Amino acid sequence: MAYKLERVGDGAYLLDITGYGCPHVQVYTDKALQDLASGERLTVRFDNPSSGESILFMCETEGHELVGRDKQGGTFTWTITKA
Amino acid sequence: MAVFSESGAWSPAGGRAGLLSAAGIVLAVALVSGVYLALDTRYVYLLVYAWFGVAYGLLLQYGRFCMASAVRDLFMVRVPRMAVGVIVAIVLYALIAAIVHVVGVNTFAPHPLGWHVLIGGAIFGFGMIFTGGCASSSLYKSGEGNVASMLVLLAISVSQALFVSAGSWSNRGVPKAWAEAAAAQDMPAALGITDGWFDQFTAGYLWTLPAETVAQALGVQGAVAGAVANALLTALLPAAALLVLLYATAWRKGYLRRAKLAQARIGDHLRGIWAMLTASKRTALVGLGLGALAGLQMWITSALRDHYGIFNFGEMLAQMGHSEGLSLQDTVFDPGYWYITTQEAQWAGWALDKLGLSMRDNLFFGLDNGVPAPWLNAPGLMSIGIIAGAAVIANLNGEFKWKLPSAETAAFALVGGALMGLGSRIGMGCNIGAFFATVTNGDPSGWIFFAGLVAGGYGGVRAFKWWIDRRLAAAGPA
Repeated sequence: MAYKLERVGDGAYLLDITGYGCPHVQVYTDKALQDLASGERLTVRFDNPSSGESILFMCETEGHELVGRDKQGGTFTWTITKA
Repeated sequence: MAVFSESGAWSPAGGRAGLLSAAGIVLAVALVSGVYLALDTRYVYLLVYAWFGVAYGLLLQYGRFCMASAVRDLFMVRVPRMAVGVIVAIVLYALIAAIVHVVGVNTFAPHPLGWHVLIGGAIFGFGMIFTGGCASSSLYKSGEGNVASMLVLLAISVSQALFVSAGSWSNRGVPKAWAEAAAAQDMPAALGITDGWFDQFTAGYLWTLPAETVAQALGVQGAVAGAVANALLTALLPAAALLVLLYATAWRKGYLRRAKLAQARIGDHLRGIWAMLTASKRTALVGLGLGALAGLQMWITSALRDHYGIFNFGEMLAQMGHSEGLSLQDTVFDPGYWYITTQEAQWAGWALDKLGLSMRDNLFFGLDNGVPAPWLNAPGLMSIGIIAGAAVIANLNGEFKWKLPSAETAAFALVGGALMGLGSRIGMGCNIGAFFATVTNGDPSGWIFFAGLVAGGYGGVRAFKWWIDRRLAAAGPA
């Protein structure tokens, strides 16, 4: 499995990192957010619960807005608007 | 996260299936406890370990509590969340440990202080970056269905057992002074302490080192003065210094920017530190809970020892007729407080012993810890309790999912876990036994372990980043 940031719409990207644990999830999310322009949206799909807490903190400190949170069968789908 | 419907009915995020699974685990714990108590009420001593394990597991999973995360996320993605949580837990555990010390029921024994602590911490810290979790988080993540974490536990367990029991080939590299000092020890021949690196490291080096708390080293007299000196010098002051350091290096700049403060005064900085402490409420709350539980466990275990008139669970096992896995002194590993790695070494030690390998002709298993069967291993049941407790809350919160590792993750888990096992034996514990339990009980060796762990962790982060960058380069641009 490799890192793949997929463009899913105008200014919208999907990063599917299910199956990965720490620290891949937060590192790849950080990398993806760095690659996006301000105002673009990143949807992150992951299934390692502890990474979520670090992503939340990352959003808080960097000023990104967490605009969507969903959880189905142990898989988290979060949408972040880059500051 | 549990939610309330419009009618006010409580409904867990894990849904009906999660609720049933969680209830099933709780029922299994209750049934197993009932069987133990029906066999012999003295098993309550062993069950206290297991029940505290369940409580630790609930909190660890809820707070995503992980020492690897504390170091790794700080260096890799500039997130100080977990480092803050660990510090909160240290402060509270130290305060409760001080009360326990004053009451006179402290079961803690300080570790020998020497270079091995730094080196063990560094090896452990390097390894834990690759496994995705520390010793305790590998347990709670196993409870989330993470198979890679189970591989980490296997690697920690087997690597320790093989390391402490390795014989003749491992004698190469033993300093002459260790060999001579070990040979001069009056030990039963069955232990063969002049054969094997770890035995000579233990008898020829560790036993020659001082092991004392700060209060003992400073000659502080009296239980109250000793408890205050220990708590203040090895926990509260270092924790305060670390908080200020974390604020200055990882939080202050962003906080002042968000608060739109161009000229910050001391009050602004204090509010900034408070904001950092409360930024992740679940981590801070769990830090408080873990600190309280860890102190309480020490208290209750000590009270049970008094009640049953024993110093070590091995005596009770011998009285019950379970003498097979005991050490030469009729003891087993029975710290009376939160510990992780030694009991995991015993799991593999017991299994390898059953497979016919010599596991008792060494100091680690043969003289002190024994190789009790897993169902008679009290701290081992604490570890299993952590997995069960984590599974309960993960199911309730809809976070349980069986996750099979990729080949890359499995390799990291096995190699990193083996390094963690090796480091924990050289450093005399993991992030819990060699750090968390020591610094909160007046033993300064924990900060040496911590220094090694951070240095090794930093090295691990650099190596891991190199690997990730390679993967990202291979993935190409988005």
